[in-house]
Amino acid sequence: MNQIILMVIGAVVFLIAAPFLGGILSGIDRKLTAKMQSRRGPPILQPFYDVAKLWHKEKVFANPVEKIFTISYLVFIALSGALLFGGFNILLIVFCLALAHTFIILAAYAANAPYSHIGAERELLSVMVAEPILILIGAGLFMVTGTFMVSEIFFASGLPAICYLPGVFVALIAVLTLKLRKSPFDISTSHHAHQELVKGVTSSFAGKTLANVEIAHWYETVIFLGLIVLFFGGYPILGIIVALAAFILEIVIDNIFPRVTWQMTVKSLWLITLILGVINIIVIGILSAGGML
Amino acid sequence: MTSSAKSPWILHYNASSCNGCDIEILAALTPMYDVERFGIVNTGNPAHADIFVVTGGVNEQNKEVLKNLYEQIPAPKVVVAVGICASSGGVFRDCYNVSGGIDTVIPVDVYVPGCSVRPEALIEGIVKAIGILEEKRAAMEEKK
Repeated sequence: MNQIILMVIGAVVFLIAAPFLGGILSGIDRKLTAKMQSRRGPPILQPFYDVAKLWHKEKVFANPVEKIFTISYLVFIALSGALLFGGFNILLIVFCLALAHTFIILAAYAANAPYSHIGAERELLSVMVAEPILILIGAGLFMVTGTFMVSEIFFASGLPAICYLPGVFVALIAVLTLKLRKSPFDISTSHHAHQELVKGVTSSFAGKTLANVEIAHWYETVIFLGLIVLFFGGYPILGIIVALAAFILEIVIDNIFPRVTWQMTVKSLWLITLILGVINIIVIGILSAGGML
Repeated sequence: MTSSAKSPWILHYNASSCNGCDIEILAALTPMYDVERFGIVNTGNPAHADIFVVTGGVNEQNKEVLKNLYEQIPAPKVVVAVGICASSGGVFRDCYNVSGGIDTVIPVDVYVPGCSVRPEALIEGIVKAIGILEEKRAAMEEKK
């Protein structure tokens, strides 16, 4: 009974606090990026001003269906986060995230606009690149802790999962650049001055629709930082420090490599997943079969 | 100051300008002037824009494009004519194919003259536009 209450509290705290945390992180991101380019940059609360403004814009749709799809995207992203912070099954979280991304891709395809379609295609590619790593995380954490339940992984005793899964962890950090919508420049929907596809997958969304996508992105940022913390089960404070360091590292990477293309991303991330992630899992498998874990 | 004044996103369109004013617009985005500190983002997408920044005198070929872009921007929206060509047609005013200022095609809220316009003048024009954007939004809220 106690555990169920804890789970519900975790989920509710996520649903309320994550947009604020994600929005502030997004503001810090823009400020830091500006500082790296020797600019002053917008205020930290800028992402909130942006969303509040979008909220008051006229309702214009390229296709009315996109409203339903973007709301579904927001709902399923929020649901996956609630499942993660409520301590539910990690596989369910991974599938829920994949479903959420299916909705944003459908929303972009719904508009009868070529740029929106290219954005949707590339979003599809980014899901294909990120999904194997997410599944490896689930598999790896199961092999180390013997459970798929996030609550049990998080409170596991003994060495944290990162000691057994360094390869999978590096793969997660690599995919974070993509998931934070920073690089590559021809997929990203970040706030950089110029991109190949303007705002990628969101190019046909306006007003509230765009605001929903932005809020979903804040949720997603927190979800991925939460996944990093999960690698430090039993050491939450260390995990949070590493997650924030990873976030800043992504900003640095994004500013050093502003012209990464989607071809480079697909190749390099699949290589990283295959070499670091899969080999890591195989080694853990062999060790545990030999009774060394 | 409400949220729309804190986050004006710009769409820039070159309606047969000589590119002089366009270079000044891009100069305003550089670290020297850094318009992003006011929350201004150069979106390049009419669906996301609030302020429509147009350069050039408009000719018969891009009249339709200009109209189309204007109609795709969701309200509230403000149009800024940047440079003397966009404001009145400038030296090209009497050319057979030039409309003579973008106000012959779409309604204009702010005129920023100059050949080419200075980034400082441009930023002032945008700040004026932000004020008008705010008024239009308030009017929109009242209508509701």
